[in-house]
Formats: sequence, C-alpha cells, structure tokens
Amino acid sequence: MNILASLRTRAARVAAAALLGAGIGIAAHAQPAAPARDAATALPGDSVYRLAAALTDQNGRNFRLDERRGRPMLVSMFYTSCQFVCPMLIESIRDVEQQLSPAEREHVGVLLVSIDPEHDTVAVLKRTSDQRAGDPARWTLARTDAASVRKLAAVLGIQYRALGNGEFNHTTAILLLDPQGRIVARSSKLGGAEPGFVQRVRAAARAAPSGA
Amino acid sequence: MSLLRLARAVLACATALAACSPEPTPAPPATTTARYIDIPAGAITSALASDATPGPAAVAAFSLRETPVTQGEFARFVAAHPEWRRDRVPKVFASDGYLRSWPTPDRPAAGADERAPVTDVSWFAAQAFCESEGARLPSWLEWEYVAAADAKQRDARADPEWLARILGWYARPATEALPAVGGAANVYGVRDVHGVVWEWVDDFASLLVEGDSRTGDDPDKLKFCGAGAINLKGRENYAVLMRIALLSSLDAADGTGSLGFRCARSSQHQEQP
Repeated sequence: MNILASLRTRAARVAAAALLGAGIGIAAHAQPAAPARDAATALPGDSVYRLAAALTDQNGRNFRLDERRGRPMLVSMFYTSCQFVCPMLIESIRDVEQQLSPAEREHVGVLLVSIDPEHDTVAVLKRTSDQRAGDPARWTLARTDAASVRKLAAVLGIQYRALGNGEFNHTTAILLLDPQGRIVARSSKLGGAEPGFVQRVRAAARAAPSGA
Repeated sequence: MSLLRLARAVLACATALAACSPEPTPAPPATTTARYIDIPAGAITSALASDATPGPAAVAAFSLRETPVTQGEFARFVAAHPEWRRDRVPKVFASDGYLRSWPTPDRPAAGADERAPVTDVSWFAAQAFCESEGARLPSWLEWEYVAAADAKQRDARADPEWLARILGWYARPATEALPAVGGAANVYGVRDVHGVVWEWVDDFASLLVEGDSRTGDDPDKLKFCGAGAINLKGRENYAVLMRIALLSSLDAADGTGSLGFRCARSSQHQEQP
C-alpha cells in the first residue's frame, strides 16, 4: 500500500483544485510500463541501484549503493538528532525482523541513510548503530553527500524538508527492495510491524538465494 | 491531455508578455557558455513557511542561470552524455514521456527553435544537466526569491500588476510552440522566470510536506519525523501556489510539456543547502 504517495497526490490534487478552480488541469505523464530498454547492464531500469551513490557506513567504510544488490533490503532514511519518530522507525524495522525466522532474517539486509549528512558523521552513525540498530552484520547506517541524499530520497519516494532549526520533516517509509533493487513493498506504519508488509519481506527472504 | 492545454496556454501568453514588455532587451547569444547571474543574499517571506521557522527566510548569495535550458543546449548535453538519451535512460530516472517532442532520441525536430526551452525532462535529467555545468537545481526558496522580482524591484509581489501578468500567462490558451528564451530581464538580470515555462527545483517533492510529529497519538501524524508543520502562507499569492501545486504533483522521473528548468550555483565559501 502506497499510503504516502496517495496522500501526497491527494494533497496536491486538493491544492490544485483549490487554486485552479475548474480551470486548468495539471497532470504528469501517466505512462504504461515499458520493457526495460537497457541491455548493457543486468540491473533493471526501475532499479533503485541505478543510482550508484557513494556512501559511507557507520564504520567509515565507503561503498556504492549498487553493492547492496544480491539480497532483499529494507531501506529507509532518517536523521539521528530526531528525538521521536526516527527511534520509532528503527524500532519498526526491528519489529519486522522479529517477525521473521532466524533463517529468513539472515537473508534480509537493512540500510538506513541519513538525510542530515552535515550532522550525522561516521562517529554519530556508529553511536546510533551501537545503541539502537540491529545486528551490524546486516544493518548499515550510512551517510552520503547532500546531492545524493536528494536523489536517493527521490528514487525511494521519501519526502523531507529541512525546517531551518536543525530539524527535518520527512516521510517515514520503509521500503522493501528485491535483490535487483526494485521497490516491491512499502510500509509507513510505525509502532508494530504491518502484517502485509512482513509477508512480503518473508516471501522475499525465502526467495533469496542461499548464502546471499 | 490537460497538460497540453496548459503548455499551449504557457506559450501563448509568453508571446503576449514579450510583446507588451516596455523595453525588449537583446537576447543572450545562443551557443556560448551559459551565463549565470549573481544573486545577492537576502530574505524572503516564503509562501511556504513552517512553524519552526516563522518569518522571512534567509537566502544566501548564489548565482542563477540567466535563461532556462534550451532544446539546443539539452541536445548537446544528450550527445555528450548518451546515457541520458530517451532510448537509454533507466526508467527510474525518466518515465516514458521524457523528451517525447523529439522525433528521434538524439535531437529536437529539424526546424524547431533550438532556443526554445527544453521541456519533458525529468528532475533527474535536469539535475544531471546542471551537474554537467558544475551547477545544481535551485532550491524552491532560491527560485521563489528571484521570481518575486519584476523589472524594477526585488520583491514585487505586492504589486497587483506582477500578479496579474503571471495569472494572465497561466490562463491564456495557445496553440503555438514555446517561444525562444531571452525575454525581458528582471531586476537581477534573470530572464523568463515567468511567461515561458515552469521550472523544476531541487526540493520539489517536499514542498507540501506537512504534519506534526511532535506527538505520537495520531497515526497520521507519524508520517513525518521532525518538529513542526509546514503551512502555506500568503494564500492570496495564487501565482506562486500554483507552481507549488504543480511541482508537488510530480514524481522525480516525470516531466511535462510546460516544465523546464534552469540551474544554480552556490556562491563560493558556501555549502549547498
């Protein structure tokens, strides 16, 4: 269920209607899916990993986003100075993990990327990782440059906005990516795992090649 | 679709605006390196404001492209970066309408005006183009700051004529192709902010973010992590709010026939916001 997208669309529609009255309509290109055009690489055209952003994890190790391909991933964006919802976001991902069997859990990686690279240094990420995150063998807390933050948020459909006081508003979506980086499910529920979403994660974990 | 109507409306009134400009200024050269205009630091009472940051928002000094990116400029970019051809670009970066007015994947129609603004470009493609100029897309606030100007003053938004002109552009139906860039300059020397195309901004997706997550009681309020809601201010400012409505309805891989872009650069010694 793409709750956030529908909310955003609704908000835009309401705004557009209010502003435009019965006048000019505004719409984006609504295009049917087309076959993947790019045979040069194995990554599908709708893969998030097409954005080969350079990231740094909580241990200071540099990696490219597309290095995460090969197994299903739970991906979200956060910032560590956030007092309330971001800890819940991390908890929610842990809730999802708790619903999986240990064997299933092994196959699912977690990637949380900061929307606040200015403050979320490697040291800060490391501290958050130690205090709150799950098994560091599967969980990655990462930072990247400001331009890549914006692009990653765009491919993931996560909205965020700096409020000018060090805080951000951002959508709390957890995305499930398949091993090729395609978005296959999305959850916006905090505080307890969404059963439908857990099912999708479980199915992805079971479909993952062993040893991934 | 309605978009086409909008696009046509855009161009007809652009023509009209150019015609009634008091002092038509000479157009910039077609193929030389793009000009960026220095925009001094200042403050603007944005149509978007948040509880957390009421009052005027500070805008750091930056520079802004004098004109929107043209068809010809974008064709040269695609030639130099063929991964942005419409037959090669990954779907995640550009939906199927990308550059759809071009008869072939590599260039606009022969005989089409090379100096007309490029449209049907996704946010990702616009970003990539700007990066190729050592630039980026402007933030909403930067764009709004410059868009508030008219030919004589930096903030003309209280002037009914400023609003009337823009609304006139929005409303007028048209049937011709988009005009070339290079209309009358505003007080900064920036051209075509109003009257030709709508423009991508860096933070387009977040303009209508709202909701307050300081309390945890309402599940709807948990959509956002952070303190403070964003409210629309200056409701009388239809002209600007319409831009926000359009941009907020788009995904980053979308484009429309009336939506172009221009690029910005942070001034030296300043971190990009």
